[in-house]
Amino acid sequence: MSANRKKYIRWILDAALIAAILIYLDILQADTTAHSYAITIIERSCIYAVAAVSMNLIIGFTGQFSLGTAGFMCIGAYVTGILTIPVKMRDQIYYLYGMAGWLHDIRLPMLAALAISALICGVIAYVIGWPVLRLKSDYLAIATLGFSEIIRAIFGWDGLGKITNASYGVSNIPPFANIFECVAICGVSILIMSLLIRSSYGRAFKAVRDDDVAAEAMGINLFHTKQLSFVVSSAFAGVAGGLLAVFMRSAVTSTFTVALTYNILLMVVLGGIGSVSGSIIGAFLVTGSQEWLRFLDKEYFFSDLFPGLAGTAFGAARVPLLRNGFRMVIFSILLMVVVLFWNHGITGSRELSWERIAGIPAAVREKKKRKAEAAERRAREEAAAAALEKEVRGQ
Amino acid sequence: MSFSYFIQQLLNGLSLGGAYALIAIGYTMVYGILRMINFAHGDEFMMAGYFMIYSIAVLPWFIAIPVVILATVVLGVLIERVAYRPLRSAPRMSVMISAIGVSYLLENLANYLFTAMPQSYPQIPILKHVYTFGDISVSRVTILAPILTIILTILLVMLVDKTKLGMAMRACSKDQETARIMGIKVDHIITMTFVIGCALAAVGSILYFTDRNTVQPYSGSLPGLKCFVAAVIGGIGNIPGAVIGGFIVGICQIAITAAGYSVFSDAFTFVLLFIILLVRPSGLFGEKAVEKV
Amino acid sequence: MSGQKEARETVLRLEDLTMQFGGVVAVNNLSMEVKKGEIVALIGPNGAGKTTAFNCITGVYQPTNGRIEFQGQTLMEGCPAGRVAKSYAGENAGKYTKNTHHSPDEICRAGIARTFQNIRLFPGQSAFDNVLVAKHMRAKQNPFTATFGLNHKEEKRMREETWELLRDQNLDGFADYPAGSLPYGMQRRLEIARALATDPTLLCLDEPAAGMNPQETLELSDFICKIRDQYHLTVLLIEHHMNLVMGISDRIYCIDFGRLIAEGTADQVANDPKVISAYLGMQEVV
Repeated sequence: MSANRKKYIRWILDAALIAAILIYLDILQADTTAHSYAITIIERSCIYAVAAVSMNLIIGFTGQFSLGTAGFMCIGAYVTGILTIPVKMRDQIYYLYGMAGWLHDIRLPMLAALAISALICGVIAYVIGWPVLRLKSDYLAIATLGFSEIIRAIFGWDGLGKITNASYGVSNIPPFANIFECVAICGVSILIMSLLIRSSYGRAFKAVRDDDVAAEAMGINLFHTKQLSFVVSSAFAGVAGGLLAVFMRSAVTSTFTVALTYNILLMVVLGGIGSVSGSIIGAFLVTGSQEWLRFLDKEYFFSDLFPGLAGTAFGAARVPLLRNGFRMVIFSILLMVVVLFWNHGITGSRELSWERIAGIPAAVREKKKRKAEAAERRAREEAAAAALEKEVRGQ
Repeated sequence: MSFSYFIQQLLNGLSLGGAYALIAIGYTMVYGILRMINFAHGDEFMMAGYFMIYSIAVLPWFIAIPVVILATVVLGVLIERVAYRPLRSAPRMSVMISAIGVSYLLENLANYLFTAMPQSYPQIPILKHVYTFGDISVSRVTILAPILTIILTILLVMLVDKTKLGMAMRACSKDQETARIMGIKVDHIITMTFVIGCALAAVGSILYFTDRNTVQPYSGSLPGLKCFVAAVIGGIGNIPGAVIGGFIVGICQIAITAAGYSVFSDAFTFVLLFIILLVRPSGLFGEKAVEKV
Repeated sequence: MSGQKEARETVLRLEDLTMQFGGVVAVNNLSMEVKKGEIVALIGPNGAGKTTAFNCITGVYQPTNGRIEFQGQTLMEGCPAGRVAKSYAGENAGKYTKNTHHSPDEICRAGIARTFQNIRLFPGQSAFDNVLVAKHMRAKQNPFTATFGLNHKEEKRMREETWELLRDQNLDGFADYPAGSLPYGMQRRLEIARALATDPTLLCLDEPAAGMNPQETLELSDFICKIRDQYHLTVLLIEHHMNLVMGISDRIYCIDFGRLIAEGTADQVANDPKVISAYLGMQEVV
C-alpha cells in the first residue's frame, strides 16, 4: 500500500470516528433526561481525561514525578467557580463572610474563567517550579503533594472567606450549556497538549526523561524544559479542575485531597505512562467502571440475583464480600496488579493508532509464534544439555 | 498566654513529636536502604490502630500490645515481599507508584473492613492515668511518649552502630551490589529494616491514638506524609535526625493549632519542607550526596 | 606566526586546570591548546584524570582552579574559595580570582559537542528522533509556535538536516529502529551523528573506540578524519587505544596522575620515556 493511500485511509477513519462520536453525543443531547446517566459518565470521564493527560505530560513524558495535580485542580475549580456564579446569588452563597467588594460584580463567561484558571495555575506553577523542580524524583513527589495540601488549607482558611467562602466552598456554578461544550473544551485541551508533545519541545521533554545528562550535553536546558512541562501541565490541571467545578456545580476543598491525585495516577498508570491515548482510555475506563461496578458496594442476597432461589435458605443468605467500600478495594488491587505484572498499561508508552489497532491480530499471532519458538528453543537446549551431560557421564 | 498553658501545649507537642519521631524512623530507614518513600508506612500505622481496637477486645492490654506490634510487622514485611521486592530492579518511578498503590489499597481495605466511621480507640488505663500539677493536667502517655521515643532511639542507634546487623544495614544503604558481593543477604537486611520500622510505627501508633481517641481509614495518610517530612528535615537516612525532625514537626503543629490557625496545622509541615529543601536540601544532619557522571 | 593570528586559531585553551575532589587532585595544573582543524588526543593510563578534564571542559564539573577558554572567551574559571581554599593541594593558588561556570547545555550552545564513554543514547527512541532532538537547541521557535505548527519551515529544515546526517553516517536505513536495538558500532556512530547535529565547532569524543575490535577501530579513525574535513571540525579525543590515537592525531597530550607528562606529535610522544614508563610501569618492572 502506498504511503499516500495509507494517509487517506487514516483520514477517513479519523473523520469517521469523530463523526460517530458527534452523532452519539447528539443522540444523548436530544433527550438529556433519558440519558442523564450516560451524559454524567461521559462528561466526568472527559474531565478526568484532561487531568490524566496533564499528569502524564509531566510524569510520563518529562519523567518528573509531580503529584500536585489535585492542588492545581483545586485552584482551577475555585477560580472558575468564583468567576462564574451569577452575581445575584453571590450574597446568598457568601452569607457568612460577605463577598469582597472588588470581586463581587466581576462575572465572566465560562471559557474566560477557565482561561484565567489556566493562567493563574500556570503562574503559580512557574513560581513554585523554581525551588521544586530542582529536586530529585521522590523529593519532588513529596514537595508537590505538600503543595497540594497547602493549597487546600489556604482555600479552606476563613481569613480568605471573603474570596473563597472558606470551608463552605462555592456553589451554584452554572452548568454546561450542553454536552458538546464540555467534550469540546476537553478535546481542545487534550489536543493542545498532544501537539506540544509532538513538537520539538515534546522531543526535548522525552530526552530529559530518558537521560538528563545526555539531554543537557545536547544543549537542552534541563530546568527550562522541566519548567515548561510543569507550567503547561499545571495550567491544564487547572482547566480540568475548573471543568470539574462546573460539572459538579460546586467547588469544595474536600474534593481535592491526595486521594484525587492517586485516582488520576491510577488512570495514567492503567492507560500507559507516556501515552496520551492511554491516559484518555484510562480515564474513561476508570470512571466508567467506577460507575458500573457500583453494585459491588451494595449488599445483595442471593435471592436478589437469582429470583428462583427466593424463599430457600440459600436465597436468604447474603452474597459474600459485597459491602460498602468493596469497589475501591477492587480498584486498588487492580492498580497493584497493573504496577506489578503489567507495568506497560493498556497502550504502553506508544500512542494508539489505526495501524496499531489493525496490527493487533498480527501482533498477537506474532507473540504466540515467538513464545512457541522460545519454548521450542528451550526444549532443544535442554535436550542438548542432557545429551552433553550423558556424554560427560559416559566418559 | 499563661505559663501553665504554655507548659501544657509544650508537653502535648513533645508527646505528638514522640509519636511522629517513631514513625519517621521507619521512613528514614527504608529510604536509607531502598531509596524510596514508603508511602504505605503511614497506612501501616493506621492499621496498627485498628489492630489495637480489635485485639484489646479479646486480650488484656499487656498481651494486646505485643500482638499489635507483631501484626504490624507481619503486615509491613508482607507488603515489602509482595509489592516492593518484585520491583527491585525496576525504575524508581514504578516502585514509588507501587508504594502509592499499597497505600491506596490499605486505605480502601480499612474503609471496607472497618467502615469509614471513626472508631474509638481503646483507653488503656495505665496510659491514660492523669496527673495534675496546679493548672496543668497531663496523662501518663503524654509524658511517656517522648521518654519512650528517646530510649528506643538510643537502642536503635546502638543496634545500627554496634551490631553486625547494623553494620550490614549501613553497608546496604551505601551500596547494595557491593554488600551482596561481600556476602550480605540484602533481602534479609531489607526485611529486617521493615521489621524495625513497622515495630516502631506500631509503638508510635499506640502513643498517637491514645491521645487522639479515634481511628479512621484516612487517619494514617497525612501523619504519614508529615513524618516523611520530619525525616527529610532531619536529613534522610539519619536516625537521630529523623527523631529531632519528628519533634520539630510535632511541636510546630501544636504551636500553630494553639495560636488559632488549626487550618494550617497540616499545611505548615509542608511549608517547613519547602524551607528546608531551599536552605539545606540534605536536611539538618544529612550528608551531601555527590553524584557521579 | 604572529601572536594575533595564533590567538585566532586557538579553539580551546586550558590554563592551569586543576580539579580536586576532597583530598584527591584528579587533574593537576593541566595546560593545553587545541587549534582550529586539528585532531588532538588526550591520552593517559586508567585513572590518569582524562575523563575528569573532559568533564570540566563540557561543564559537568566546575574546575577547582584554572581557566578554560573557548574561541577566546572564558568558559570556565575556578579559584579555590572558602573551605576548598584551606584544603587546596594544587598549584597556582591565587592566580585566578573568579568563579565562572557554564552548565553543559550552555557549553553545547557555545559550540562544544560531546559523546560519552558509555554510550548515552535515548534507547527507547528511534535513531531519527535521537538525532532530531539535538537540533532542538538551535531551532528558531518558541513553545507557542511549535505547538501550533507555526514553525513548520524550521521543523522541516530540522528533519531534512537530520536525514542528511543519518545518510552521511549510513544510518538512514535504521532511522526508525529504537536506538537501543542497534549494534554497538552503529550506536557509536549514531551518538557522533547526534553530537554533529548540534552544529559544533569542537567535537569532544570520550573513548570512541572503547569496546571495538581492530577492524572497527580502523574504520572509526577514517570516519573521524572524514567528519573533521566534511564539517570543518576541530576534534578533541580521549583514548587509550594507542593505534587509533597514533594514526590520526595531529598532536597528543599525555597525562598521568593528573599531570601533563608529555606533549607533541605521535612519534614524539610514543618515544617519550615518561610516557612509556607511565603506560608500562617501567620503573617498577626494571
